[in-house]
Amino acid sequence: MEATVVRTGTEGKTWGGGNEPLGASYGKMMMWFFILSDALTFSGFLAAYGFSRFKFADIWPIADEVFNHFPFLHGVDAPMYYVALMTFILIFSSVTMVLAVDAGHHMKKGKVTFYMLLTILGGLIFVGSQAWEWSNFISGEYGAVTTTGGNILQIVDGDGERVALEEIAIDRASARIEHNENEGVWFEEGPGLPTYSLEEVQAGFMANDNLLIRTGNIGEDGEKIILSREESLEKMATEAIGVVEGANLSHNEYGPPLFADFFFFITGFHGFHVFSGVVINIIIFFNVVLGTYERRGTYEMVEKVGLYWHFVDLVWVFVFTFFYLV
Amino acid sequence: MAHDTTHEHNQDAGTKRIWSVFIILSIVTTVEVILGILKPEFLVDNHLVNMSILNWIFIILTLYKAYYIVWAFMHLEHEKKWLRRVIVWTAIFLVIYLIFILLNEGYYIYQVYQKGYIAWDF
Repeated sequence: MEATVVRTGTEGKTWGGGNEPLGASYGKMMMWFFILSDALTFSGFLAAYGFSRFKFADIWPIADEVFNHFPFLHGVDAPMYYVALMTFILIFSSVTMVLAVDAGHHMKKGKVTFYMLLTILGGLIFVGSQAWEWSNFISGEYGAVTTTGGNILQIVDGDGERVALEEIAIDRASARIEHNENEGVWFEEGPGLPTYSLEEVQAGFMANDNLLIRTGNIGEDGEKIILSREESLEKMATEAIGVVEGANLSHNEYGPPLFADFFFFITGFHGFHVFSGVVINIIIFFNVVLGTYERRGTYEMVEKVGLYWHFVDLVWVFVFTFFYLV
Repeated sequence: MAHDTTHEHNQDAGTKRIWSVFIILSIVTTVEVILGILKPEFLVDNHLVNMSILNWIFIILTLYKAYYIVWAFMHLEHEKKWLRRVIVWTAIFLVIYLIFILLNEGYYIYQVYQKGYIAWDF
């Protein structure tokens, strides 16, 4: 059936519509607008991270001591292996995406479908990996003690190996019990209790002559400074004010609170991009399966979501460098 | 309306380019991770313009990867010259400016913490 088309007589002329400035269609151009502005947003985040890191240059955590977990290798020191794996997964899903785009240019519906599916799977695996990384980061492994000055004191043995709080704490009747809903006339949530109180950790620390304190400060050799036993005892007795386990927005056992804040914010914002990318990819995948683009005669939509997907990969390349490597 | 943009090259050449870029990206990532784990001392200890050589290597390799992602995967190499420039020059100019301002300021505050007359770690 012929649709009614109003002819203006300007078709093909400058103002006739359907022009493609710089050889890019409207949709593609707008995707580039978006990507550029989003790139500047991420640049702002990463530059702000750099700002805070320069500000606390001497007490910033060392990344491969924080991110050293690998699935099924509990307790094994595996610095950055997992995040490297995540990087490969994301790069590979970028490859399958660009293969889908390439197949789209040749109007091969089957291939586009297959590669889109692989891309979606890669994205889901990446988001899942990031959730695992977050859960490790939030629950922490060793725990630490905070000081009046807001610094973190970590506990090590004579060989400089980290010691977890649970290995040293001596059980004592706690001075404070957690306030629960069934204990009050009305319930107001109190601050949560760490597994071990400060007194228990201090007692355990005093009892074991082998234990030392590792401060957050980075020495000349690029390693964190470990205090002598006397200095450690004094610091533990006079400056310690609390126990930290894992990480949240106001405390973390790794270093300055800003470290965890930026970790959550930047990897979270990136993870949100991956998630929305997966959702958009799924929509496009179904459109491909239903033959929408086959009928339209062009797979340009696949190319446009492809741009977004590669951009997510591009951002990760920078996050990887500035969070985990530098 | 159909856009076969600038993909006149045949499919084999296209996929070959994709796989070669994938191999480059994988090798560069592997090198980065190995360097990040080993942290060779001569690269950490030697500095060039206030930054260790190792960090320079990381940043240069990252930009190298970014170039391949944007040029090959995002097809900028097939776009018109001025579309490329509008995107890349804008980003690079603003990012350099931002980095310069913020890192300078961060370093200044670090100096204040170190040498100022107010104790912040008490």
